[in-house]
Amino acid sequence: MPLHTDRTYEEHLGELRTAVLEMGGLVEEQIGQAVRALIERNEPLARSTIARDHTVNRFDVEIDDLCLKLLALHQPAARDLRLITTALKITTDLERIGDMAEHIAERAVELVHESPIKPYIDIPRMAELSRDMLHRSLDAFVREDVELALAVCVADDQIDKLHEQLFRELLSFMVEDPTTVTRAMRLLFVSKCLERVGDHATNIAEMVIFMVKGRSIRHMDTPPRDL
Amino acid sequence: MAAAIDIALPRPSSTPGTEAAAPVKIVVRDLTVRYGDTVALDAVSMDIPSHRVTALIGPSGCGKSSFLRCLNRMNDHIPAARIEGQVMIDDDPLYHPAVDPVALRRRVGMVFQKSNPFPKSIFDNVAFGPRVHGVRDAVQLRGIVERTLRQAALWDEVADRLERSALELSGGQQQRLCIARALAVDPEILLMDEPASALDPIATAKIEELIHELKSAYTIVIVTHNMQQAARVSDLTAYFYLGRLIEFGPTERLFTNPTRQETEDYITGRFG
Repeated sequence: MPLHTDRTYEEHLGELRTAVLEMGGLVEEQIGQAVRALIERNEPLARSTIARDHTVNRFDVEIDDLCLKLLALHQPAARDLRLITTALKITTDLERIGDMAEHIAERAVELVHESPIKPYIDIPRMAELSRDMLHRSLDAFVREDVELALAVCVADDQIDKLHEQLFRELLSFMVEDPTTVTRAMRLLFVSKCLERVGDHATNIAEMVIFMVKGRSIRHMDTPPRDL
Repeated sequence: MAAAIDIALPRPSSTPGTEAAAPVKIVVRDLTVRYGDTVALDAVSMDIPSHRVTALIGPSGCGKSSFLRCLNRMNDHIPAARIEGQVMIDDDPLYHPAVDPVALRRRVGMVFQKSNPFPKSIFDNVAFGPRVHGVRDAVQLRGIVERTLRQAALWDEVADRLERSALELSGGQQQRLCIARALAVDPEILLMDEPASALDPIATAKIEELIHELKSAYTIVIVTHNMQQAARVSDLTAYFYLGRLIEFGPTERLFTNPTRQETEDYITGRFG
């Protein structure tokens, strides 16, 4: 694709893409770090994750500002317009994922002071899956890759299933031994957060499809075959 | 290369932001215009719908003005111009030898980039066309003048000074006067060649508002260099490049998701 005749505009659009990616990289790391703090019972790591959520929030505000500036000054059309509206929506999802990481880290801080109910098996898998979905949705954004974005949407089912499975397992713990209720509820909350990360990654992937194809597949039960 | 044309597709009336397909007012088939050896317009075919605003966009020299001028045979005045192909208004062929260009221009009015009022009173400017076409009755003339000045959203500003010279009006008012003058002969189609390019933003907004108002009564075709203007005022947009029609479709789609790469590059400001 040829470059814009207006170089400043081209530069600003480049800045926008970079900022979205940096923010994406940061929240991906935040999720990884929060889950690691939980599994390794590492309180300082959990606390540093919580502290870093401010940086995520700052990205959210800065990207919004950049989008507003682009909309006001350049009257973007077509592909550029779709990039900017996509960036606006993606950053909301990224900011929410950042919040999920913060919540997980908060539970990690609480759980450090309590004895474990069981070894972590499903939570690391969910964390891995949700991070992978997020990573691929951002890859799809950079490479404008519709196939990859569609694959992310499909992957969400796996996380949902793991969440249900973990819910049932934790429920059985709570029924058998009510002293586990607090801890089990905390873990259930972590599981829900990771399940939400998968949902947000799916939203991002859907927006990427809109950005590239100009067609919205959001809120469809099954993604269309012909894009 | 075939242009991407999708206005003929029926659009569901329940879809927000779309209108039901309108009947076709102007049919253009394989229209080619040559000035000497230069091909200004290369086999353009287009169906322009009735009571809609159709915007023609494209870089200078792309053929959009040549196209517009063909719609009321303005190119007849250029000796080197040769025109092939067909233009029909309501099934009447425009370039048939029996067609009287003067009578034709009564059906197809035109407003130009630079406002060009006659050095006469405001009243006489608007009454000029009807008088040429034989209207003599003073009451009838006064009625036409008031109606068209109201249609052109100028009446309130000039009602008390109709006998003053049109040249005393501001640029924006002069342009609206020219629109009133074009409307006075009761045309079916209004052609506008960059009607707001010489006006300030407020005068431009008034003209654009006027275009919205007028489309219920007229079929409007507008040439504009201002893409935001095309996006704001038109229902359909046609993108011309190097004499060819590259893409023609609903404005909303063209500006959010054009089909052709050339259109995308132009409207996003990538001129290569």
